[in-house]
Amino acid sequence: MTVQALRRIDNLNELAPTPGKAEARGAGLAVTIHQLRKSFGQNQVLRGVDLHIGAGEFVAIVGRSGCGKSTLLRLLLGLERPSGGHFRFGERTDDATPRGAIRIMFQEPRLLPWASVLANVEVGLGEQRPPASARERAVATLREVGLEDRRNHWPSVLSGGQKQRVALARALVSRPRVLAFDEPLGALDALTRISMQRLIERVWVDQRFTAIMVTHDVSEAVTLADRVLMIEAGEITFDQRIDLSRPRERGSPEVAALEGKILRALFRNAAAGEDA
Amino acid sequence: MNLRSVVARQSEKLTQWALPIGIIIVWEALSLAGLIPLRILPAPTAVIAAAWKLTLSGELPRNILVSFWRASAGFVIGGGIGFALGLANGLSRRSERIFDSTLQMVRNIPHLALIPLVILWFGIDEEAKIFLVALGVFFPIYVNTQHGIRTVDAQLIEMGRAYGMSPPTLFRRVILPGALPSIFVGLRYALGIMWLTLIVAETISASSGIGYMAMQAREFLLVDVVVLSILIYALLGKLADSTARLLERWCLSWHPAFQSAQETEA
Repeated sequence: MTVQALRRIDNLNELAPTPGKAEARGAGLAVTIHQLRKSFGQNQVLRGVDLHIGAGEFVAIVGRSGCGKSTLLRLLLGLERPSGGHFRFGERTDDATPRGAIRIMFQEPRLLPWASVLANVEVGLGEQRPPASARERAVATLREVGLEDRRNHWPSVLSGGQKQRVALARALVSRPRVLAFDEPLGALDALTRISMQRLIERVWVDQRFTAIMVTHDVSEAVTLADRVLMIEAGEITFDQRIDLSRPRERGSPEVAALEGKILRALFRNAAAGEDA
Repeated sequence: MNLRSVVARQSEKLTQWALPIGIIIVWEALSLAGLIPLRILPAPTAVIAAAWKLTLSGELPRNILVSFWRASAGFVIGGGIGFALGLANGLSRRSERIFDSTLQMVRNIPHLALIPLVILWFGIDEEAKIFLVALGVFFPIYVNTQHGIRTVDAQLIEMGRAYGMSPPTLFRRVILPGALPSIFVGLRYALGIMWLTLIVAETISASSGIGYMAMQAREFLLVDVVVLSILIYALLGKLADSTARLLERWCLSWHPAFQSAQETEA
């Protein structure tokens, strides 16, 4: 991505969120998780997770590999069945989750290589898409991630960052109310990563969906999230609010202090785990 | 694109024909000089003359048509069944448990070894040839379809499920396109086997077709007709392969291997 593009995203980023906008749209859905457990055979991956995520909140989940953070996302997406406990979206228990309300962005772009960029975005609209407005909406979402001019290309000609932006457009096109990110930027180079983080933040500020991001990168978590959770050995062991104003400046003392605090907690718990 | 690259591209296309044309010229020259006895190999001009004579008598078009029909009928039947079973066994573990080991056993029998049995069953009628072709075509299509479906990127299938695709949509948009490259490998391989089987079947037991024409000609020592038959097989084989390639290019235009340098640069 060019410097101009980075700057452009920066400028857009500075648009402050309009108060009251989120409620008007009713965008984000709260997520309530109660005693959620998951085991694969003998291996207990999640041992009773209790968690409430507010509507429109941006939550980052950090933890070491294999701590169960990705499994939590897969359960929320319905890709795995829980071994025990339950979760619900929205505040009311009878709230039936509408189709396309929960979307995920994977670590890999996972674009269909045999479909054009635009057709890949349209995958996000789901089965019963209104044909007339569907294309328009897909094009608009592509424009939002800055790839409208690539709509008729094959995914194979795009760069890694561009592919991930198409994947983001695919996740956004159905106007999801909960968006899960499974380390979506892990495979990108540092510069592309930063510009993607800004893009995600801008879209989230604009649409106010509930965001749940699993990441290895503590500084990414502190830059983006309202709240950083840590999962350790299948349980939530750390819950830290991040009340810094947005956009957050990487490397500023406040960000660095929080980063240090979370990293210390990560290492302390890891060391305790090794001693036990 | 400038003029020079157009010329370069055209001359590249012509290069592949340089060798066969060169061989024919040398062959003709050696025949004219009397270095190749006509009883062993007739001159290319003699083969062309034989082709012309047989075309006028209607014998050649009729035999080509018969062979072509047998090949296509066998291909459609064998390929169709192979494709269907490949899909079923690729998609369903249960179906695979029921059919696969039996099919693998049958696969290890060279299908041409069945010729005596097939003649006993069907005589030298059309069924015999079509049966053999179908059997020969079945396995490459079956094996490659199943393999293609099994090796579709599991991450894409998961993505499809996460994005709410129903099973038919998942099949149409993810599984089948993902299996296509492998299916095309099977298709091209099957086309080769199709002609091979037909040649053998027609040479051994037939009363029409190009193989029959060649065997008749051998009895009357018409070497030019024998050579003509062989060349026609070569041409038909090339035609089938080119058609498959064209189809592949068209269906797999998304595949990086089928994109021209220009498109990938963009």
